[in-house]
Amino acid sequence: MSAFTNHFLFEFKTGIRNSSAMLMLYMLPLGFYAAMGFIMVEINPAFKDLLIPAMIVFAIMSSMILGFPTGLVEAREGGIYRSYKINSIPPISILVIPAISVGFHGLITSAIVAVTAVPLFDAAEPVNWLALFLITLLVVFTFSTLGMLIGVVSSSSRAVVLWSQLIYLPSILLGGMMIPLVLIPETFQKFSGLLPSTYAMQAFLGYAFQQPTVIEPWIAIAVMVTSGILALALSILLFNWDSRNDSRRGSPLMGLLILVPYVLAILYTTFG
Amino acid sequence: MEESVVTIKKFTKTYGDFVAVDDISFEVQNGEIFGLLGPNGAGKTTTLECLEGLRQPDSGEMQIKGVDPQREPRKLRDMIGVQLQTSGLPDNMTVEESLKIFSAYHGVPPRFELLSRMGLEEKRKTQYHQLSTGQQRRLSLALAVNHDPRVIILDEPTAGLDVSSRAELHSMMQELKSQGSTLILATHDMAEAEKLTDRVAIMLRGQIVATGSPRELTAKGSGMTKVSVSSENSILHDYENSFPAVTQKGINEEYSIYFSTDPGPTVSAILEHLATHNDNLIDLRVERPSLEERFLEITSNGGTA
Repeated sequence: MSAFTNHFLFEFKTGIRNSSAMLMLYMLPLGFYAAMGFIMVEINPAFKDLLIPAMIVFAIMSSMILGFPTGLVEAREGGIYRSYKINSIPPISILVIPAISVGFHGLITSAIVAVTAVPLFDAAEPVNWLALFLITLLVVFTFSTLGMLIGVVSSSSRAVVLWSQLIYLPSILLGGMMIPLVLIPETFQKFSGLLPSTYAMQAFLGYAFQQPTVIEPWIAIAVMVTSGILALALSILLFNWDSRNDSRRGSPLMGLLILVPYVLAILYTTFG
Repeated sequence: MEESVVTIKKFTKTYGDFVAVDDISFEVQNGEIFGLLGPNGAGKTTTLECLEGLRQPDSGEMQIKGVDPQREPRKLRDMIGVQLQTSGLPDNMTVEESLKIFSAYHGVPPRFELLSRMGLEEKRKTQYHQLSTGQQRRLSLALAVNHDPRVIILDEPTAGLDVSSRAELHSMMQELKSQGSTLILATHDMAEAEKLTDRVAIMLRGQIVATGSPRELTAKGSGMTKVSVSSENSILHDYENSFPAVTQKGINEEYSIYFSTDPGPTVSAILEHLATHNDNLIDLRVERPSLEERFLEITSNGGTA
């Protein structure tokens, strides 16, 4: 088997062997999905329209933003990258293979949500299943590269929690996952333009569910693609083998460049 | 003429204002076990990590078989095997997976027979965090040699190991040497260095203060040989006069201890004295100065060899 296959199989199995990973990849998102399906739909029947896209975004966000970067930082702090470096494992494999593996787990959780939400909770069914699948892949790409960047620029697990929560909590509250974006006050709508979950929800609603959106779906797609490519490039550029080492190719603050596509999108939707 | 496999010239490395390694030079010959000795903080690990390409030297030259670790890191990785002092594997990676993954990245098939030789055959499916420290060290050595490198760098390989694991690793190192590999061993265990190495360099505060074979280094010291004698009547305890070449005398329980610059005449005179006074010898030990004693001598002199 090739190096990629061996490495990928190991990373994929880790998602099942490791209890913390299992929690973030399956138990938290599926538990939250069940809670939302049983409770939220009863309280607010209109939530049925959002259940599938919101829970897919939530599942991917939990695994990619909360779980994935912590693993990267812990591996660096534990000297694992040093072992990898002296054994010829390149940075791109160290970053991309775990991301693909976590992405696969994210796809499995998303599939469970998409297949069960209609029969279990009478959720709104996607009009275009292919669009649902393709946008899910794009959401995985956007969030995995963002999680990768958080892991690369964070100096410790504490820093990961800080950066992750800056995205995670506002995304749940303001990203159109719990409340449709159109119902959020305009000021907060502008702020939600900094959150990747906003664009993920708008793309799902526009293309897969063919519902009206606040942001044009093509803009949502463009922001996610640009964000993903930029985050990947910045992650590879800023990757550091060893937290105790003194050589780095750029300041971690360069990671803030990831905001560029989001700010441009806000400017475009405001003045364009 | 001996072939140099590793060449380090005028190498310096600083961390801020702290000079970790200060203008050192040495060479390692093909097929030898070279020891880098020194107390903690002497600069051994920094030197090795720059040689392995994990850190960047501030100045100086480094080459392994003509390859500069900074300029050709990829080429270097397949030539060297490294057991780091502080490193790890993912907790959930099994022994078998680690061997498969690392082999694949080196572009060689996994050598599973190494697991038997390292006593890890039964642990193939065991995850890294479930291995004992000794087993983790042995796995690390197996991974370091799996791609058959010609130069093997071991940083404190036996630290924290029990006696049997340590003996096992020592025998592995000697086996690797007999197969033609060159080994660089950083340690602060002098007995280990004396037993295994062909030549050593002693580092102190970032500088090399002595080089040579363990025998050469100990010979350059104060040269005191310790002679310990125990006899039935312990008459030596009360004997006031000295014996030839003895510079210092002491008593340790039933033993009279003499430090001699020339042990032959000393031992002859002691035996003659016992025979003359009808005292029977119970035990006689002659111990040449160890590398550890020589090391302590050098370090207590502030690095003056």
